[in-house]
Amino acid sequence: MTATAETTTAAPPATGTPGRFSKWPVYLVVVVIAALWTIPSLGLLVNSFREPGSIRAEGWWTVFPLKIFDTAAWTLDNYSRVLDEGFGNAFANTLAVSIPSVVIPITIAAFAAYAFAWMSFPGRNTLFVIVVGLMVVPLQMALIPILRVYTRFDLVGTYPAVWLAHAGFGLPLAVYLLRNYMGSLPSSIIESANIDGADHFSIFSRLIVPLSVPVLASFAIFQFLWVWNDYLVALIFLGPEPSRRVLTVELADLAGRGEGALNLLPAAAFVTMILPMVVFFALQRFFVRGLTAGSVKG
Amino acid sequence: MTTPPILDEDAPRQRPLEDTQAGTNSIGVWLLRIASALVVPAVVVLFFFAFTFLKNEDTNKGVQVLVALIVGILGVWALYWGMDRLTNLLPAVAAHGVRPFVFAGPAMVLLGFYLVYPAVNTTIISFKDNRSTNWIGFDNYVRLFTESPYLISLRNSLVWVLVVPVLAVSVGLGFATMVDKLGRRTESVTKSLIFLPMAISFVGASVVWTFIYSFRPEGFGSQIGVLNGIWSALGGDPVNWLQSRPWNNLLLMVILVWLQTGFSMVILSSAIKGVPDVLLEAARIDGATEWQAFWRVVFPSIASTVVVVWTTVLITVWKVFDIVWVMTGGRDGTQVVAQQMVQEFFTNRNNGMGAALAVVLFVAVVPILVINVRRFRAQEAMR
Repeated sequence: MTATAETTTAAPPATGTPGRFSKWPVYLVVVVIAALWTIPSLGLLVNSFREPGSIRAEGWWTVFPLKIFDTAAWTLDNYSRVLDEGFGNAFANTLAVSIPSVVIPITIAAFAAYAFAWMSFPGRNTLFVIVVGLMVVPLQMALIPILRVYTRFDLVGTYPAVWLAHAGFGLPLAVYLLRNYMGSLPSSIIESANIDGADHFSIFSRLIVPLSVPVLASFAIFQFLWVWNDYLVALIFLGPEPSRRVLTVELADLAGRGEGALNLLPAAAFVTMILPMVVFFALQRFFVRGLTAGSVKG
Repeated sequence: MTTPPILDEDAPRQRPLEDTQAGTNSIGVWLLRIASALVVPAVVVLFFFAFTFLKNEDTNKGVQVLVALIVGILGVWALYWGMDRLTNLLPAVAAHGVRPFVFAGPAMVLLGFYLVYPAVNTTIISFKDNRSTNWIGFDNYVRLFTESPYLISLRNSLVWVLVVPVLAVSVGLGFATMVDKLGRRTESVTKSLIFLPMAISFVGASVVWTFIYSFRPEGFGSQIGVLNGIWSALGGDPVNWLQSRPWNNLLLMVILVWLQTGFSMVILSSAIKGVPDVLLEAARIDGATEWQAFWRVVFPSIASTVVVVWTTVLITVWKVFDIVWVMTGGRDGTQVVAQQMVQEFFTNRNNGMGAALAVVLFVAVVPILVINVRRFRAQEAMR
């Protein structure tokens, strides 16, 4: 927008430095920064397709420029080995943890958000201010007591324990986002539905929820990426037992094995990243919106 | 805009649906309210945990997820519906008073259990010993502010929150400003590249940077880390970066800057695009250089967004755990508060100390909490 404005405006070249300036230095700096930001992941991607021996023997940059075309230098073995050695299982575990951890808080938060936006009840304002406050409470505050309760009832290592924990930790942001969105919907819609004899439940389920799809999507993506990439909650509540590990726990374990596992690390890391990257690229717009509103989550 | 939710108690009520609360605050109604808030969570928890197949190791994950989804969507929905129908059976006035609690109650119960109760409990535990049996007063806090590993983690965390947000915001702001002046395609491609790390987990990012900082002692093969590759090419001896104090801390911070810059860039970029072109045109016609136009026109108009982004990054940085945990495990003077907390509680089994560190993490963000609440109230008053 500004770029076009700039080229079309005939700003008089004032003394010394004019309003218009050469774009090449800017272009150069932008490309350098973008390259700096890309090289780390690019190196990892290159490494993940190299022969295991060469991953350990030489830096990934040595494939440039000659070995790129040498088919013997490239392999998919790392990926198949990684998937066999726990990461296939961990991928399934992570899906099993993530999907319910996104769905459950959305349903519960939507009902609460509707009440905060369109119903009046004693304590409404106080409760909502508490929700706003809870958004920044660090997760670490909750770990010890919840782990104790879970241990007492023998729930550590079960999926529902993690689902409900993620639901609880995600709720403040969800309620906050949804309530702000629902509250900004025109009250005339709700009034006319009310005149037509619709009760709260049907106004909520037939009008408000369909109208709130964009914000529900934003939160869903935000929460999905958060849960998928979470390490701490999974580590504490799901425990270190290999069969239940999620991707981040499995990857951290592999990284902790040092030199011996070095050749598996790049492929393993990409297995953990692939789904969030796809979600991210496909739904970038929704994600940004959710991020803007909700990045203060504890 | 039409009637928004009103937060200020004194403001005139313009609620379209609920016009009276008279007679709805009797004890009976309050009991019903509390009961109705508890039903949904109680049923869900009972369902999840009473069925041992969900705890059973051998149960197929797909089955578990399917059950969770059916319960999570249909079951929870049906529960709310059932509660709503039950409320209809009450006398009109009571139903009117109870219904909001049917809707909002379950969320409040979950929040109470997963955030409010633990916050109180953690604070209490922080005044007890490692097994939470004996009261030891402020001993944990005294140790925290006098003994070496804790002091180092406090110092490091402070440096992290001073350095990382400033770098992430200034690189993000600089990049957003510059890319705004280039063509559309360049802008969207380079922005995506910078933003991409946002989709990567902290653990994943640590692995990415392992191949930057990797070190091999001389005689143990050639360097496979980018940094040592460059360093050797320049004629230096390979350096064990992650063990060289105090610079290893800075190298870990770079990882988080790499992760967070995209976030600040995207938010600031949309703020910059919101600055009216007319203002910039006027400044340019008056002979302002791009530099002056930025500092005198653009920056003042986006200053509040800069503060918000900075605060947001700051909170993330303050709670950083995964990067330190995976890269160095807090060794070689790299410990930070959040990682030290998990270390104490999870590895060293010292509940009291872990809780005290968690309380420190929380107390430090209380000012931000207060600011958030105030800003929220101000926004509500404006609407």
